[in-house]
Amino acid sequence: MSNQQVVQVIIFGIAAALIIFGGIRVVTAQNIVRAALYLVLTLAATAGLFVLLLAEFIAAVQILIYVGAVVVILLFGIMLTRAPIGLTPDLDNESARIWGLVAGLVFLGVVTFVLWRHFASVPALELSAPDSGANEALGRSLLVDWVAPFEAVSMVLLSALIGALAMARKD
Amino acid sequence: MVGALASSVSVASSALLGAAEAAAEHGEHAAAVLNGPNSTLKLGWLVVALPFVGWLLTLFFGKRSPMRGAIYGVTALGAGLLISIAMFFQVAGGAAPYHQKFYTFDIGGYEVSTGFSFDSFTVMMFAVVTLISFLVHIYSLAYMKDEVRFTFFYATLSLFTGSMLLMVASDNLLQMFVGWELVGVCSYLLIGHYWEEKPNSSAAIKAFITTRIGDVGMMFGIFVLFFAAGTFDIGGINGLAASGGIKHGILLAGATLLFIGVIGKSAQFPLHVWLPDAMAGPTPVSALIHAATMVVAGIYLVARNFDVFRTAFALGPGGPANVVMIIGTITMLIAALLAMVQDDIKKVLAYSTVSQLGYMVAALGVGAWTAAVFHLFTHAMFKALLFLGSGSVIHAVHSNNMSDMGGLRKEMPVTFWTFLIGSAALAGVPGLAGFFSKDEILHFAFHNHYYAVFGVGLLTAALTALYMTRCVSLTFFGEFRGHGHPHESPRLMTVPLVVLAVLSVTVGSLNFWGMKGFGVWIAYAGEQHVAEFDVVAMLAGTAAGAIGILLGLWIYYWKKAPQGLLDRVAPFRWAHTLLMNKYYLDDLYIKGIVRPVQYSLSKVAYWINQKIIDGVVNGVGVMTRKALAEATYWLDQTVVDGFVNDVANEAGEAGGALRRIQTGKAQQYVAVAVVATAVLVIAVVWAVR
Amino acid sequence: MRLMSILMLSAALFSIGIYGVLVRRNAVLVLMSIELMLNAVNINLIGFGTWLRDTAFVNAQAFVLFVIAIAAAEVGIGIAIVLAIYRNKASIAVDEVDSMKW
Repeated sequence: MSNQQVVQVIIFGIAAALIIFGGIRVVTAQNIVRAALYLVLTLAATAGLFVLLLAEFIAAVQILIYVGAVVVILLFGIMLTRAPIGLTPDLDNESARIWGLVAGLVFLGVVTFVLWRHFASVPALELSAPDSGANEALGRSLLVDWVAPFEAVSMVLLSALIGALAMARKD
Repeated sequence: MVGALASSVSVASSALLGAAEAAAEHGEHAAAVLNGPNSTLKLGWLVVALPFVGWLLTLFFGKRSPMRGAIYGVTALGAGLLISIAMFFQVAGGAAPYHQKFYTFDIGGYEVSTGFSFDSFTVMMFAVVTLISFLVHIYSLAYMKDEVRFTFFYATLSLFTGSMLLMVASDNLLQMFVGWELVGVCSYLLIGHYWEEKPNSSAAIKAFITTRIGDVGMMFGIFVLFFAAGTFDIGGINGLAASGGIKHGILLAGATLLFIGVIGKSAQFPLHVWLPDAMAGPTPVSALIHAATMVVAGIYLVARNFDVFRTAFALGPGGPANVVMIIGTITMLIAALLAMVQDDIKKVLAYSTVSQLGYMVAALGVGAWTAAVFHLFTHAMFKALLFLGSGSVIHAVHSNNMSDMGGLRKEMPVTFWTFLIGSAALAGVPGLAGFFSKDEILHFAFHNHYYAVFGVGLLTAALTALYMTRCVSLTFFGEFRGHGHPHESPRLMTVPLVVLAVLSVTVGSLNFWGMKGFGVWIAYAGEQHVAEFDVVAMLAGTAAGAIGILLGLWIYYWKKAPQGLLDRVAPFRWAHTLLMNKYYLDDLYIKGIVRPVQYSLSKVAYWINQKIIDGVVNGVGVMTRKALAEATYWLDQTVVDGFVNDVANEAGEAGGALRRIQTGKAQQYVAVAVVATAVLVIAVVWAVR
Repeated sequence: MRLMSILMLSAALFSIGIYGVLVRRNAVLVLMSIELMLNAVNINLIGFGTWLRDTAFVNAQAFVLFVIAIAAAEVGIGIAIVLAIYRNKASIAVDEVDSMKW
């Protein structure tokens, strides 16, 4: 392994650790606001991982939309439903924990098994600096190759907007 | 208010500018567009776009606009009507079809294009739809004046019309399907306009679900044809079908599936049950649904894809009996019989529509393309007239039932005379619109040896004349049986009636025998069809109508028929009961389909529940501490005394079985989904090992 | 750095999300867990895109953008539903919302 690759592995390790740690805390924290903040940690670490994987534009979008908008909406949801701030003992369905754990682990096991069979032999990724103009290619791809789904997604967002307004307003 | 008007003006002007730009793009000056031999056809897109613009404006600015938002719909449809009439005259003058491609995109290697195709058939539909819709818009100004949700009603009316126009103008099946579904949604909204009362919202849901059964068929039909032809383009698919480029089996499957959509949408037997219930909507909507939009969509689909149907079913002179013809023939007869016993004036007309749609479908089934399309054309005129006339009556007496009417001839002269003209046209009185189109169909059936269709058609013609005579007699003659003092409707309602009455008298002559009229303008695949004259068919048709009218007068006007016949003669009584219960079809659907499905589903669910879910889900997913207890219970139940309890509890448990897995707790459903996914992945891995 | 480690990270995050969806009672927390799962999918897509850099690099990123857009729509609708439920029941405990049955 070259030095560069070692650095990459280290960065990946840090990002992965933060993602997993944040994720586990999101689903285990007994304080709802903290769970939201751990979600920020996970999402931000994911953005870092995207940078490492040469997808800077996606990383920027990740920060803008997920950390900037989605988490803020979730915090608004917490606030508007007057969730108790601070330690809340009944955030979990206690009796479901064991079954949730079983389901998660079974799923992880199955997926790991499949992935291992098919992708274990893939050689190390080549992570050289991206070509300039990668974002241009992405823009072209979005607005030329995928323009129909792009328009469809805009319709989905519009109807989500209207639907959310219709549902959330007091009649 | 001013702002809304200004914005509407700006939208309209920008739309016009768009047209000019589009023309300039094609290297032509804007003025040249308006001078070419098929110039107005190039404005056809505007006819489609205007109602949608009207819809949006009404929706967003309606409540603050003049006439509570009706202004937009009326203006849009008025302009659309003018353009359509101009297009119609140009087509009648022999203008070449105009094909307008909008936008082509490809998804995963399949090219999907959108566009409009304006040929003579489309233009005729444009004229019919915009005319009826415009008159309905005008009429509703008075009819809906004091009703709830006036603005929303107008918005939906515009959208309804726009969707139908979109469907009619489409050059490809996918876009057509979009219009088709939009029409369905709008009809749902309009039928359920008075949703505060349960029967009305139920009727809307029934209409939606019943047509949806057909729509599924149509969707799969489109898929089949798409994969067979590799394109959604209607011209392309029909060309391939006609030239034998699609294997006959596949074509037959595609056509049959499409025809299921037609059965649902055009209310053919056995899915006709929704149309009479759809009378729950406001009467102008009924006029629109029955004359111009919704139900004729199915006829349009068959006529537009006639090459597909013709090749698949071998339609045409000398062809074998086929499903299109049989369904149409059955429908026209049973619906005409049902119309005989209705008390609700709108239901008489509703069954009459079903019957006349059966005529059109049967005509298509025997290959009489021009006759079917012409019947669609004339039927739109007089059926819209009849519905609007019945609306005028209902407006005056505040009841749908003919037992509350009678003697309205003097109080409502305009309504009476126009309704009479409409009835005569429907009954096939010589010289009026219905006579010519019906005669064409009978003539074609007779001459190509479809004697069953001819015979049933004659019978239906007689029945049609009979029930319309009954309807007119009960409504306008005799003594008034209702309450209050009915009076003639306002001008806004009577003027559309007069316009439609004039058209009902005159449009028939467009296809006068031997004249180069309708059949030449609106030609199928360039094949012109001049109406022919035949003494036998004409005399038979006229005689059938005359017998029906005389019989009707004898029973309902002169009241010479022996009284109490229904009570004394058992077969009549049985027949009457059968008709009053609509052949028990609704009961059959409830008892024969809905309940058994519920029952057998619950049985299956019970079995799965007892034998599998309790074991697996309780073991893995169900988040209760009772898993062990349940398992013991399960062992106890099934193994030890399961048999005894099964027999004893079957009735009670079967109903409750679905309940157990339907806990309503979303997380348990997710748990089942996760487990199922894992199982599926394992199974797939195992299978491809 | 190997593709396998990225895929394993994604799978782990997804499983954590499953756990959260199944176990959490507060509806907002369930929505957060769903966000975790969507995020795991994004990591997966980007990982594959980087592996198939010559053919799928840009397409994978386009897909991720779609997923992010859908996620934004989903969370907006989700919060609206949660608020509606809260207004009607004064509680957003997921296991108490079980009237959609029978």
